[in-house]
Amino acid sequence: MIQVSLTVNGASVTAEIEPRMLLVQFLREQLRLTGTHVGCDTSQCGACVVHVDGVSVKSCTMLAVQAQGAAVATIEGLAAGETLHPMQAAFRAHHGLQCGYCTPGMVMSALDLVRHNPDPSERAIRDWLDGNLCRCTGYQNIVKAIAAGAQAMRGPAASS
Amino acid sequence: MHAFNYHRPTSIEDATKALAAAADGKYLAGGMTLIPTLKQRLARQSDLIDLAAIQQLRGIRDDKTGVSIGAMTTHAELAASPALRAKLGGLARLAECIGDPQVRNRGTIGGALANNDPAADYPAACLALGATIVTDRREIAADGFFKGLFETALDAGELITGVRFPLARKSAYAKFRNPASGYAIVGVFVAQCSGESRVAVTGARQSGVFRIEEMERALTKSWSPDAVAKLSVTAEGLNADIHASAVYRAQLITVMARRAVAAA
Repeated sequence: MIQVSLTVNGASVTAEIEPRMLLVQFLREQLRLTGTHVGCDTSQCGACVVHVDGVSVKSCTMLAVQAQGAAVATIEGLAAGETLHPMQAAFRAHHGLQCGYCTPGMVMSALDLVRHNPDPSERAIRDWLDGNLCRCTGYQNIVKAIAAGAQAMRGPAASS
Repeated sequence: MHAFNYHRPTSIEDATKALAAAADGKYLAGGMTLIPTLKQRLARQSDLIDLAAIQQLRGIRDDKTGVSIGAMTTHAELAASPALRAKLGGLARLAECIGDPQVRNRGTIGGALANNDPAADYPAACLALGATIVTDRREIAADGFFKGLFETALDAGELITGVRFPLARKSAYAKFRNPASGYAIVGVFVAQCSGESRVAVTGARQSGVFRIEEMERALTKSWSPDAVAKLSVTAEGLNADIHASAVYRAQLITVMARRAVAAA
């Protein structure tokens, strides 16, 4: 067992864990933050995407101990109480999901894209989603939702 | 995943000591290959020595003669580096087409080179640009570094600390990507350095990256897409799998070489 200390959605967490515990297991099984999903478990589908120190990573392919000292953000940390984050609201408004399994990873991945590129083109969004698989929607509404979410995040002044 | 001991040294010296003391240890860089391999129990290590906290292994430095890249620099950092984009644009664009964004945020150049996957992208750039792989104990020219399927010139416990790339007049990478894995079905890196041109191919042979001297001679004589467009490559010894036959890969080498020269 080894001690790991990090912040998760702004809260400090310290735990004794096995070095072989994956970050996604730590989030889901230890902290009960089950919004982060395990899909393929082989770093392809992106259902497990979270942010570590501000950049998106696949938490099924990272050890929890590798997040020592890091700031981890998950889907649970986005909404302010009952108010959804603009990217979450855009996924709802544009029906950017069907079963919803891939959605937390899609939203976390989209936010990393917007950090690099506040006004992404459709092509940039589709390219960026290379590591996020959706088996329901055909991506059309996910792409629309991300464009709308990005616009909402830029604020009304930038929407014209 | 089998259990292992985890170490997080903050210096190169402590990392190599930790590896030497381990029964069956391995360095952990970005983990994009090692962690899936451990998860599938294809590998079992007594100890993992995580290199993430060693600041000496990070960063991109450029001077008049070339660009030095720390082993723990991620693909995303390489792709976004203004210095690299200005001086070795072909390498920056190569980094941009590895895996997916999340893999690029974790995967590192040092880890990729030590792994030497036969379909990885960096080996083609290293070989074509005549890079030098710098370790904790010596410098190894790229020409002598890649030894075959997942094999390199690294000795047991030897740690890649960085890679030095000389500047090229022109360089570019063209990749025919497996849409599922992101790995190269065929990738060709072309470079025009002082007086000579070099062409390196990845993804096409089980033994990994190799040069094509006939194309190099043609490009040294005349740097143009047409110079390589008519040079066919033998299918003998090339990979044949569910993704592409050997004959198709041979054809792709010529096409990717032409595209790379056109893009350089």
